[in-house]
Amino acid sequence: MAYPEKTRAMYAGVIESIKEAGLFKQERFIHSSQAADIEVEFPAGASPKKAINICANNYLGMSSHPEVVKAAHEGLESHGYGMSSVRFICGTQDIHKKLEEMVTEFLGTEDTILFPSCMDANAGVFEAILTKDDIIISDRLVHASLIDGIRLCSAMHDTFKHSDMEHLESKLQLHNDRKIKMVVTDGVFSMDGDTAKLDEMVALCEKYDALLLVDDSHASGFIGKTGRGTHEQYGVMGKIDLITTTFGKGLGGASGGCVSGRRELVELCRQRARPYLFSNTIAPPIIAGVIRVLEILSASTDRRDKLEKNTEFWRKGLINAGFIVKPGDTPIVPVMLFNAKLAQNFSRDLFDEGIYAIGFFFPVVPQSQARIRTQISAGHEMHHLEKALEAFIKVGKKYKILGKSKQEIIDMYGI
Amino acid sequence: MNEMKDIIREYVINEYVEDDTEINYDTPLISGGIVDSFSMVSLKRFLENKYKISIPDDKATPDAFDSVNKIVDLVNEFLK
Repeated sequence: MAYPEKTRAMYAGVIESIKEAGLFKQERFIHSSQAADIEVEFPAGASPKKAINICANNYLGMSSHPEVVKAAHEGLESHGYGMSSVRFICGTQDIHKKLEEMVTEFLGTEDTILFPSCMDANAGVFEAILTKDDIIISDRLVHASLIDGIRLCSAMHDTFKHSDMEHLESKLQLHNDRKIKMVVTDGVFSMDGDTAKLDEMVALCEKYDALLLVDDSHASGFIGKTGRGTHEQYGVMGKIDLITTTFGKGLGGASGGCVSGRRELVELCRQRARPYLFSNTIAPPIIAGVIRVLEILSASTDRRDKLEKNTEFWRKGLINAGFIVKPGDTPIVPVMLFNAKLAQNFSRDLFDEGIYAIGFFFPVVPQSQARIRTQISAGHEMHHLEKALEAFIKVGKKYKILGKSKQEIIDMYGI
Repeated sequence: MNEMKDIIREYVINEYVEDDTEINYDTPLISGGIVDSFSMVSLKRFLENKYKISIPDDKATPDAFDSVNKIVDLVNEFLK
């Protein structure tokens, strides 16, 4: 027997220990399409309940945009459901090439290669480009997918303190003898919503002849004056050697990702990146949908402008009500509660009020940094945000945390 | 000897500690989650540059870097 009882018992014990540690994750079933208004079945078996969603990566409201859905339908009809192949055997259609060219144009880079996801892009990019003679120096808070990709690569790896440019420079000096130096950062950090100082990082990379890789998954489509990303906001378009990003957030919401940047580096990914070489091509309807998203975003900045206004309203509303909010100007607005149990209870009470937002706590964020991470969308109308704010204030009053300092909240609820 | 201990302790504090965590000579650094395995490389390179030694990769284990005292022992092994 391949799965004896003692093996089953061992794995059951592991699951039990995850539950005991309070780390067991449960899916919540959504019965509607992704949008500002959703229907959620929670707990499992309960009747679906209408709620306003303020925790999706649907920054530009493209997930269910009628024009995107229509384009995906048309792509399905014209190019089929799937390609039953990786890209380099018989999985590259005209629309895959077209999308790569459009992304290159949109991000202001030299070339682009598509991956099944940004997780795959990050898993494949490092080993395709770097060797054991090289060094990767990454911000200590980069996304898990970058860490996994770095682990898969033979290059030496070091880190610098989050957004600390002095520390980064000391690391560039320490490792100046390595053949290739690559600095790695998120453009927008997903837990705190802060941005990398890309202008300073570009200057340091130029000073020390280092490559710069930016994961702009939480920025592409809406950060910067025309939504090109963090590099646009910091005035360094054309100066980032590699950008990885996703089509699963602002740029559509379905799936897929890419590496975009210097021509030779992208070509090496095409030759060597294992998630590209050994995984099916992105399905045609998704490619057709992303093409439509880029056409919409290239024609007008209306959606990212609306997102900016919505974010400003939301952030100001929370601060004026007396919540502690992580500073920043991105649509990721973390409401700090510090205590894990409080974050869970707060989320449950918000759901009772018809607001869907999730609590984050250790180990997803550091100890004593528990929070409700809210994410604003261009798909939100003012009435959504007003209702959500009303609910936050009602629940905030219940727990007596409005106007309280971090220490006062910790004194009441612990860490 | 104490001077080496203090130099290494100060480096660890400046390099890895971002809050008010106390670091003494026996504080578990790797197993205590203060230094992650990725960041060990800068500690290794610091020691090699500072003490003009070469620590082979098979000796630069998480256990050998797990406290200031253990790091001092490791450095002394290659100073001889």
